[in-house]
Amino acid sequence: VGKSQVDEDVLDELEEILISSDLGVNTTVKIIDRIEERVARDKYLGTSELDKILREEIAGLLSENNTEDLKDFSLPEDIKKPYVLLVVGVNGVGKTTTIGKLAAQYKKQGMKVILGAADTFRAAAVDQLKMWGERVDVPVVSHGMNTDPASVAFDAVKQGVEEEADIVIIDTAGRLHTKVNLMNELSKIKRVIQKFVNEAPHEVLLVLDGSTGQNAMIQAREFTKATEVTALAITKLDGTAKGGVVIGISEEFKIPVKYIGVGEKVEDLQVFNKMEFVDSFFKRV
Amino acid sequence: MFDNLSYKLDRAFKTLKGQGQITEVNVATTVKEIRRALVDADVNFKVAKEVTDRIKEEALGRDVLISVSPGQLLVKITQEELAKMMGEKQEDISIEGSPATILISGLQGSGKTTFSGKLANRLKKQGKQVLLAACDIYRPAAIDQLKVLGEQIGVEVYAEPDNKDAVKIANNAIKYAKDNGKSVVIVDTAGRLAVDETMMKEISSLKKELKPSETLFVVDSMTGQDAVNTAKTFNEQLDFDGVVLTKLDGDTRGGAALSIRNVVEKPIKFVSSGEKMDAIDLFYPDRMAQRILGM
Ligand SMILES: Nc1nc2c(ncn2[C@@H]2O[C@H](COP(=O)(O)OP(=O)(O)OP(=O)(O)O)[C@@H](O)[C@H]2O)c(=O)[nH]1
Ligand SMILES: Nc1nc2c(ncn2[C@@H]2O[C@H](COP(=O)(O)OP(=O)(O)OP(=O)(O)O)[C@@H](O)[C@H]2O)c(=O)[nH]1
Ligand SMILES: [K+]
Ligand SMILES: [Mg+2]
Ligand SMILES: [Mg+2]
Repeated sequence: VGKSQVDEDVLDELEEILISSDLGVNTTVKIIDRIEERVARDKYLGTSELDKILREEIAGLLSENNTEDLKDFSLPEDIKKPYVLLVVGVNGVGKTTTIGKLAAQYKKQGMKVILGAADTFRAAAVDQLKMWGERVDVPVVSHGMNTDPASVAFDAVKQGVEEEADIVIIDTAGRLHTKVNLMNELSKIKRVIQKFVNEAPHEVLLVLDGSTGQNAMIQAREFTKATEVTALAITKLDGTAKGGVVIGISEEFKIPVKYIGVGEKVEDLQVFNKMEFVDSFFKRV
Repeated sequence: MFDNLSYKLDRAFKTLKGQGQITEVNVATTVKEIRRALVDADVNFKVAKEVTDRIKEEALGRDVLISVSPGQLLVKITQEELAKMMGEKQEDISIEGSPATILISGLQGSGKTTFSGKLANRLKKQGKQVLLAACDIYRPAAIDQLKVLGEQIGVEVYAEPDNKDAVKIANNAIKYAKDNGKSVVIVDTAGRLAVDETMMKEISSLKKELKPSETLFVVDSMTGQDAVNTAKTFNEQLDFDGVVLTKLDGDTRGGAALSIRNVVEKPIKFVSSGEKMDAIDLFYPDRMAQRILGM
């Protein structure tokens, strides 16, 4: 922004940046309106102040669910073990990879981790999770391909209880939210593991692909309906895509973003940082 | 997400008519509504601007303002314009050479491996002797995945699990194909980001070395604004022949299709709409136009 005062041109440029970052029309208009209000109120608003205000406004939207950014990959202390994490999302967003990376993080802290291979549908999905299990040295509970996913999940949780694991992470098949049967299957998985651990799953992590556009909003809506989503992860932010659609999602559904994926390697997972995320929209590529 | 554009436009026009005077400026306001609808459908911001500028011209030329339902007419013009932009004729892939080689490229998770299987299945049904070459040497269980699909459709898969050189594997696959009477080799590759120079170099070498008769860029139809950056870079490095749009069995509006077509001017040749091996279809521009407009 080369100008010193906020005017129509500056706001247009801002609009372009936000839209290009996939915030969508609604969220972009909301932010621009808020900025316009501030411009009208504070008689003079310089572009250097704009940067600050903008960050505040956008981060404000991300905070409307009243959650602080995670500081690290630790688990809540006050939970009876094992902590059960169910990972869901549409096809190919990065669920299995994120699970491998998360497992590595917990393992590094000395925790006992168990993975459940409940994607029994996609070709070689079980092999893929098993390879991650080997890579990060954690056991994988599996019944093989084309078996009942809920029963795999059940056994993974059962083994978690018996072996006093700290965390059980369950992988599920990618499913488009338009497929009713597959969405119902998620509720079934949840019901079945609750037979064993009442308060499980403690977390349902919805994984979103950072290069997805406005459809991510609908994914969030439909997955939230099918099962109680408690956290978001955005993957593939190591490219030029910005993932801005999560701002609208986080605000509308009051679900915090917890993790971002920034590559395909074990260490390429970070805890979400609002300010860094917002700043990435304004980085020139 | 069921914003009916035509209804919105009719309403906008009504308000304008109520004001008594309809001017070029008023059309601009309505056109802005269309632009927003396009951006909401994930059409790239700049592309949407270009499109609506053209629509505005068309609209003024066709006396939209005095028509009975200007909203409907404007939507019709928009739809025609979008279909035109996405290519009016259907283009097939080229299968030339002995064997003919088809190189598959794209971002991570876009649906390349699944599509490779589907294309193999389709060509097999057309009487071709197909070989699938497993050249993703990075993703865990990528080879197994292709093998499972190959088995499902009864197509042989060439793989070298211990070889870490994708170009060599591909060359060996082609040699194997020649020796075993295969007429088409489909080369599945690893997903890669356009900004990953090493990986982009790998796919460029594959193209240079194999001289495929067809190079396809596989893209997830849910992709947002970044679709143009990715498509541009892949095209610069690969000069691909066509685009494959995947996961159209969802409810995405698929604006990326328009953006990509507009930016790289390469035809969309196939769409993929499901995980099963027969969920492959040709591309119909007018259907896509309707979809983008939420009709
Ligand atoms: N560049 C990049 N690639 C990623 C990231 N996360 C995952 N991937 C890649 O995306 C592709 C799909 O990842 P998966 O983990 O298999 O995705 P999934 O959601 O489990 O897929 P399905 O089970 O088929 O629905 C793989 O090639 C991963 O290596 C990321 O943060 N950055
Ligand atoms: N619903 C649906 N799912 C699809 C379609 N095409 C592929 N998929 C699914 O999307 C996910 C990713 O597909 P893959 O074929 O593994 O994608 P890829 O591009 O080979 O992924 P990488 O090799 O990791 O880069 C899998 O779960 C597929 O089953 C489609 O048209 N519709
Ligand atoms: K990025
Ligand atoms: Mg998976
Ligand atoms: Mg693949």
